[in-house]
Order: sequence, then C-alpha cells, then structure tokens
Amino acid sequence: MIKGNSGIRKADIINRRMFIIGAAKLIIFTGIVARLFFLQINENKKYLTLSDKNRIREWKLPPTRGEIVDYFGNIIAGNLKVYQLHIIPEQIENFNYLISRLKTLLQLSNKQIDNIVKLKKKIKPWDSIIVSENLSWSQFLKINNYLYDLVGVKPVMTISRNYPFSDIYTHVLGYVSQPNEDDILENDIIQERFVPGMKIGKLGLEKTLENHLIGTNDIQRYEVNAYGKRINQLEYQKGKQGTKIRLTVDTEIQKLSAKLLKDKAGSISVMDIYTGEVVAMYSSPSYDPNLFLFGISQDEWQLIRNNPLKPLINKTLSGLYSPGSTIKPIVALSALENNIVSSNFKVRCTGKIELYGQTFHCWKKKGHGLVSLNNAMKQSCDTYFYEIARLLGVDRLKITAEKFGLGQKVLGEYFDNEKKGLFPNTSWKKNNLGKGWVLGETLITGIGQGYIQTTPLQLCLMTAQIANGGYSIKPKILVNNKPLTHEQAKKSMEDKNLNNSNTQLFKNKKNIKIVQEAMFSSTNEIRGTSYRSRIDDPKYQFAGKTGTAQVKRISKRERELDLRIDQIPYNDRDHALYVAYGPYKNPRYALSIIVEHGGSGSRTAAPIAKELFKLIIDRNQIREKQSNFEEIDI
Amino acid sequence: MFQHDGLNSELTFFQKVKNLDYILLFSLILLAIVSLLVMYSTDGGEILYHTKSHFIKVVIFFSLMLVISFFNIKIWHIASYFIYFIILLLLIWVSIYGIKVSGSQRWINLYFIVLQPSELMKIGVILCLAKYYHRLKIDNVNSFTGIFVALTIIIVPIILVLSQPDLGTSILIALSGLIILWLGGVKIKYFFISFLTFLISLPFIISFLKPYQKLRILTFLDPDRDPLGAGYQIIQSKIAIGSGGLGGKGFLKGTQSYLDFLPEKHTDFIFTLFSEEFGFLGSVGLLILYSIIIIRIIRIAVISRSNFAKLFCFGFAFAIFIYIVVNLSMVLGLLPIVGSPLPIMSYGGSSMLATMIGFGIVLSAKINHKQMIA
Repeated sequence: MIKGNSGIRKADIINRRMFIIGAAKLIIFTGIVARLFFLQINENKKYLTLSDKNRIREWKLPPTRGEIVDYFGNIIAGNLKVYQLHIIPEQIENFNYLISRLKTLLQLSNKQIDNIVKLKKKIKPWDSIIVSENLSWSQFLKINNYLYDLVGVKPVMTISRNYPFSDIYTHVLGYVSQPNEDDILENDIIQERFVPGMKIGKLGLEKTLENHLIGTNDIQRYEVNAYGKRINQLEYQKGKQGTKIRLTVDTEIQKLSAKLLKDKAGSISVMDIYTGEVVAMYSSPSYDPNLFLFGISQDEWQLIRNNPLKPLINKTLSGLYSPGSTIKPIVALSALENNIVSSNFKVRCTGKIELYGQTFHCWKKKGHGLVSLNNAMKQSCDTYFYEIARLLGVDRLKITAEKFGLGQKVLGEYFDNEKKGLFPNTSWKKNNLGKGWVLGETLITGIGQGYIQTTPLQLCLMTAQIANGGYSIKPKILVNNKPLTHEQAKKSMEDKNLNNSNTQLFKNKKNIKIVQEAMFSSTNEIRGTSYRSRIDDPKYQFAGKTGTAQVKRISKRERELDLRIDQIPYNDRDHALYVAYGPYKNPRYALSIIVEHGGSGSRTAAPIAKELFKLIIDRNQIREKQSNFEEIDI
Repeated sequence: MFQHDGLNSELTFFQKVKNLDYILLFSLILLAIVSLLVMYSTDGGEILYHTKSHFIKVVIFFSLMLVISFFNIKIWHIASYFIYFIILLLLIWVSIYGIKVSGSQRWINLYFIVLQPSELMKIGVILCLAKYYHRLKIDNVNSFTGIFVALTIIIVPIILVLSQPDLGTSILIALSGLIILWLGGVKIKYFFISFLTFLISLPFIISFLKPYQKLRILTFLDPDRDPLGAGYQIIQSKIAIGSGGLGGKGFLKGTQSYLDFLPEKHTDFIFTLFSEEFGFLGSVGLLILYSIIIIRIIRIAVISRSNFAKLFCFGFAFAIFIYIVVNLSMVLGLLPIVGSPLPIMSYGGSSMLATMIGFGIVLSAKINHKQMIA
C-alpha cells in the first residue's frame, strides 16, 4: 500500500504539472494563431503583391513607331514586317551541327558565328539569340523548308522602320538605328521604353520628333518560376503606336527636285509664301536611310562618307553659301526703305569702279551703261549695287536683311543641324575679328559676297516674304491646319499681320512692289539674267533673281583669261543660285535653288526653276483640294 | 481490491478493438489524408514520387501503430530501456558508418528505408525516462543521483546528435526529455536555475555554433540581410503564407510552391504550402485538428492508471506540441530555421516512423488504461 501511496502521490504531481504545461500550450497556440492572423489577414495585401512580384515578369517588346506621311497622306516613313531568325539554346539538340547548317544556309561569317557562341554563354538557356535581324524572303523560305532539321530555331516576324522613297527624304526625315548609351541616357522616354532590338531616330525629324513617334511598348506578362523560366503567358497588352505625323512636303515635287539635282551637289527648297509650309526640301546628293536600319556595312559607309559631293551634309539647312546676286532684292529694298535712292536713281556702269585704291569689277566687263534700279536688277549689274550699298551702309542693310530672315534659323527647333548663317555689320566685325569695318567690305556685301553666309532655306524664306507683299511668315514642316485656297491663305496671313506691326516687314508697300517688278523683269524681259528660263504662260509665269557666288577670289590673271566653266577645277567653280516666286500674278510659292560649283546662276540654276514651277503650280490645284486631315497637336 | 480482477486478466481482441480511441484514430486518419493531398500538391497536381512514397509510408506506419497498440502497455514498459539502448547503438553506428548528405552524417541505409535514428531518439528518450521516473522513488527524484541519471539519459544521445551535426533534432530531444523531468517532479527551482544559467552562457554557446548555424540565427533576426541567400527561405515562406489570405489560393493553386519559390516544400516547409493554398481558415483548422489529437493524448494520460503510461502520454503529447510549435514558428518567421518536420504532414520516413510508434504506445495505453504496472 505504501507503494500504492507513493504511486498516487507521483500521479498527483504529474497531473498538476501537466496542467501548468497545458495552460502554456494554450497560450503558445494562441500566439501562433495570432501570427497567422497577422501574416494572412493583416498583411495579406503586402504578401500578395510580393507573391505576384515573384511570379509575374513583364517583357517589353519594341514599340511600333508612328508613321510619317507627306501632305497627301503617302507614307514616307512606315513600318514593314521583317523576318528574323532566333535560336533558343535550351531547345537545341546539337549546337555545333545547327550552327554549321545555319552558316551554309544564311552564309554567316565566322565573326557572326563567334558572336553567337559568345552570346550563348552569356544568356539564360531559355532566352533567344537573334541570329539574323532581317532575313530576305528567300532566306526565310529556305529556313522554313529545313525547319524539321533545325531544332531550336525560331523564325520570328517583327516590325521594322521602312523608307519607301529611299533617299528622297533622307535629309528631312533622318533615319532610325540602334541607340547608343548616350541616346538612352539623354532621353527619359527612350530610357523607359528601351528594349534590345529597338530603333530610335538618329537624325532629322525622326530624332527631333522621337517622343511623339516612339509609341508605347507591347507588354507580355508571363508567369515565371523561381529560376526565371517562363511558364505561361498571362496577358498580352498591345502598346500604342506612335503618333502619325503629317508633313507639309509634296513627294512629287521632292522627287522632281531629286531628279533635277541628280549627280550635282546642291539644294532645292520650295515654300508656301502665305502659310510658310515647306513644300519641298531636298539636299543633293542624298543616301538611302534604309541602309542604317540593321547597321550599315563598313564599305557602304565609306562610300557615303568619302563621296566628294558630301551626301551627309544637309545643304538646305546647314550648307552656308554666299548668296551672290540673290541678295540684290534685299539691298535694293533696303535702299528704297531708307530713302537712299528712288526707283529713278541711276548709276553709270563702266564694268568696274575704282575706290579707295581698289578695283571693284562688275560681272560684265564692258559695263551696263546708265542703269536704273529695275534695269540693274534685271541685268544684275554689280556696279549699281556697289553704289547703293556704299550709300546705304552695311548696318542699315543688315537690319532689313534680318527682318527678312537672314542670319537666323528658319525651322529652328525641328532640325538640330540647322545653321544660323551670318549677316555682318560693323560691330560684328569689331567684336569677332577685332578689326574695324572697311568700306570696301560694304560694297562686296552689296553683291552678296564677303562675310555674308546664308542657307538655301533662308533665301527661300526671304524670297517668300518679298513675294507675299512683305509680311512675316512662320515656316513650318508639320501640317497643323487644313488646306487653304489662295484667297484664304492670303487673307489669313494678312489678318495675322493686321494686329501686329512687328510682322509687317516694310515701311512703304510701294517699295516691295518695285522690288517685285524688278524681279519680274529679271526673268521675263529681254536681257534679264534668267530670261531664257522664263515661262510665258501666265499660269506658270514666275519672277526670280539669279546669283553666282564666287568661292574664291578671282585673280587678275584669271579675270583676263576668262575661262570656260569646264576649264576650271570643280572645287574652284562658282556656285549657281536662283531664287524665284510664282505665279507672278497671284503668287503662292517661293523657291531657292543652289547648285554647288554649278557655274552661273542663269545657266545652271534658273532652268531648274522652270521645270519646278510647272509641277508646283499643277500640284497646287490638288493640294488645295486635299482633305481628311486628322487633328495633330504637336 | 475490485480493480484487481481486471488487472491481470488479459483483454480479448474484441475488447481491445472496442477500447481504441476512435476520435484520436480518426483525427490521425484525417491528418494523414490531408498530408497526402498536400503531398499531391507538392508534386504539382500529379501522383509522382513523393505522393506515392508518402502514401506507402502512411499505410505501413499506420498498420505498425495498430500492431503496437495491441501489445499490452506492460510490454512497452519492460522494453523501454532496451529500445532506448538500441536507438543509442544506432546513433553510434551512424556516427561511424552513417551516410553523409551535405555535410551532415545522420542516416543509415537499411535498403528498404533510409533511417534517421535521431528522429527515433525523440521517442526513445521519452520512453526511457518515463520508465525511469515510474520506477524512481519519489523521495529520490530530487537527489543528486536521481537527477544525474536522468540528465545522462538525455545528454548522451544529444552529444551524438549534435556531432552529426543536427541542432534542431538535438533541441527537440532535449525538450522531450526535460518535460519528463518536469512531470517526474524535479524541483521547479532547478529548472529555474538551469534556465538562468542557460541564458547567461548563451553567448558562450553561440561561439561554439557552426558558421551555418550562426548564419541562420543572424538571418532569423534580419531575413532581408541576404534575401537571395540565407534569408531566401524565410522570406519566400512568409510570402507564401501571407499571400494565402483568409481562404487561401485554392488547392493546387499555390503559386509560390508550384513555381518552385518554396524550398524544401515536401519536408520542413510543408505547412507553408498548405497555408498558401488553404489560407488562414485552413491553417487554423489544421491547428484545431492537431489540438484535438494532443487533447486526446492528454485524456489518455489522465485516465491511465500507471504512472509509466501517464508520463509517456503526457511526454508524447508535449513532444508533438513542441514539434508543431517549432516547425510553425520557423516557417512563420518566429524562430530561426532549425530542421524540424511537422508530425505526419512532412515527408520523411524516420520522423513518421517515430511519431507512429509513439501513437502506437499511446493507443496501447488507452486500450490498457486500467493496467497497473508494478
């Protein structure tokens, strides 16, 4: 019984102590439930987000760029389906075999093969390697034929930029290509949307309008496992294509410009004199922007780069030229506006004048005799303009010239490479060259030589603003209003200028008229410098001014030799220029033409205008009827 | 006395069957079914290796449990020391001939099963100490010899397990053993003093830990220290549980486990997967099921006449409780990661074998609860 008692006493201890433990257990279990509650109910959202972050990966695909169309809606920068070849390492059975097959099928170089092998080591086995970015259709067919034999190969269709008019628009549009590090770092939007294989604008409007054109990425959402392998696609979110941009340019005129400047270095610009719309803007020679899409080959690049006619330079905007005699309308206008001369003012031209111990030659050795303003402009008499420039002085001339757009950018924000040019005056010379202005320099500025530098588009704008009666217009290359008829356009411009005296460029409207008439004479009257290029039909009749810009000082000996153009080395020949507007009765368009080293303006540049005006006027009728514009707000 | 009649008379087979604790038994079967479903989910919704293997183990070990329960509790009392020594020998065997896996030498290959003796020792130590305190005179419980022997029974296997090394199992063995000391009547003062001593010497103990064990503790304190390395498991586990929400993501829809974000999802982290798919409600349900099991064991302890049965059942109930608490605290980020399976749920033969032996003896105690042991 003692044993029994002991046993019972022991059982008491056990039971009592068990009770204490039992209570502790209850508390601990409650604690665990509380923890569960905290994690699963209180913090559920946080962990749900973390869990989704774990399992959902987004893959951005290259966005689809907005199209660029001409005034009539023709696509000038579009998107094309291209065929690419990808390989996926983890699906490949025999890598060496596959590579050797691809090498023969696609004629891959050893360097390309090395790149693929290098890339394969770098990436995850389920990521794809791009073997070829742009398969030709026949290559694509070939690959598809042998697909059974090419395990791990994936033909992919994707979208690439395409310039259907090849080199016609290169200097306007620029081109797209792979971005480099700086391109990505400089632009936040590119940085955000960048994916390998994406192309961005490198030049021209493709570059400056990048943020409008770029579009948003397509996004693929995949469920991935812990190792990053895609398990299944959850969602495909289509991105928004970039904004479609309509330009003011006319492809037909652009094409003709290219044809007229074929094998020449030069530029053609055409502008609506009321709306400022740039109808054509071509710099010759050009190059094919499609070459840059998939990386240009070294040979092709060298060919473009070493071309002596310098295709890489956009001559319309960044080519700086002495305007030569095309400046004369402005010199005449400035003299009239400042009441230095009247339209009756006459000068006797003997072929040269001696001044301050220097001889200033007129282009015509025999001289023009006694010439009036109209006559001097018509025959482009240099002596007359030496004289009125001398009377006017360069400072007053600069004021007029700048009013009409010289010495400043024309399209400004849209082109990084546009140049301001230069219109000198006395203080400019002092500040920049540290020397005092010499009167002789005023004389040569009066015939568009010396320090003065202009871009072809500036000359075009200058002419347009003379043609429209002397009103300031804002040049533009993006369409932002509906087409206007002649009357509407003129009225719209005048209305704009009515309330704003700053945009009226003249003091006396008569003076503009005098200059206009002089330009008419120059083209349409006998002995006019561009008389041979005239069109008599009033529908197409235009008024213009030739220019021949010296590129080097003519020595006395050369002047005596009087060489024919083909006897002078190419780089020493004069630039040929021509500015004009038409139709003369109811003007609508102005143009400027420059042919580098083309000899004389009347012989080389003016005939081009004749060809152009026929087309420009014909196209105008279609242009005025053009409808269905989308609203673009850029 | 009146009980004396039933005391020595053996029960018939039908009486034994009748005496089984059916609530406990059905709770265990329910738990086994849940564990099979979860295992099916870890296999990605297919009956693959883990599901098959777990099913076979469940069937074999449940049968084993029933067989054990049909032996009289007296026999287990007699065999206690023997069983303890066998497991001790196995532990020594492991330390010499064991299989080494990722730096730990814990397993013996018996060809039909890869046995982890340390898991068995969790039960062995309870069994041995239950018998020891059953036999120890109450006046000797707090004598030096009494405590010394009891501590030796605990410490010898722990040294062997620690040397494998396996900190998690060592702690569980220690806790399982200490609870019997507590129940046996060792003075509260002693527990208190040792606990204080432990706290004071903690920094010293830590300096003895292996680098990976230290890392685990550091990681526990700040899992974001190395989110892709040491902290990865605990972060992913919390994400899985937390994202389960109230009702869970649904059976077979746990993305964390399905997409391989959960490490060791079959074994120590099985609760994570369960909780992700069945949410807070499911998790509490599982805890209730475990609670029912524990309460039933305690009830058996209470009605048992022999102190051996009482001690074993109480000890075993506590051990089960501790396994659950340690495992859940680990996956919930309340404790550092120490390898410790969730009873019956986790994949692993030895752990289930030990657990089912334990339940077998518990059921035997129930069937023979009137049995006195001299």
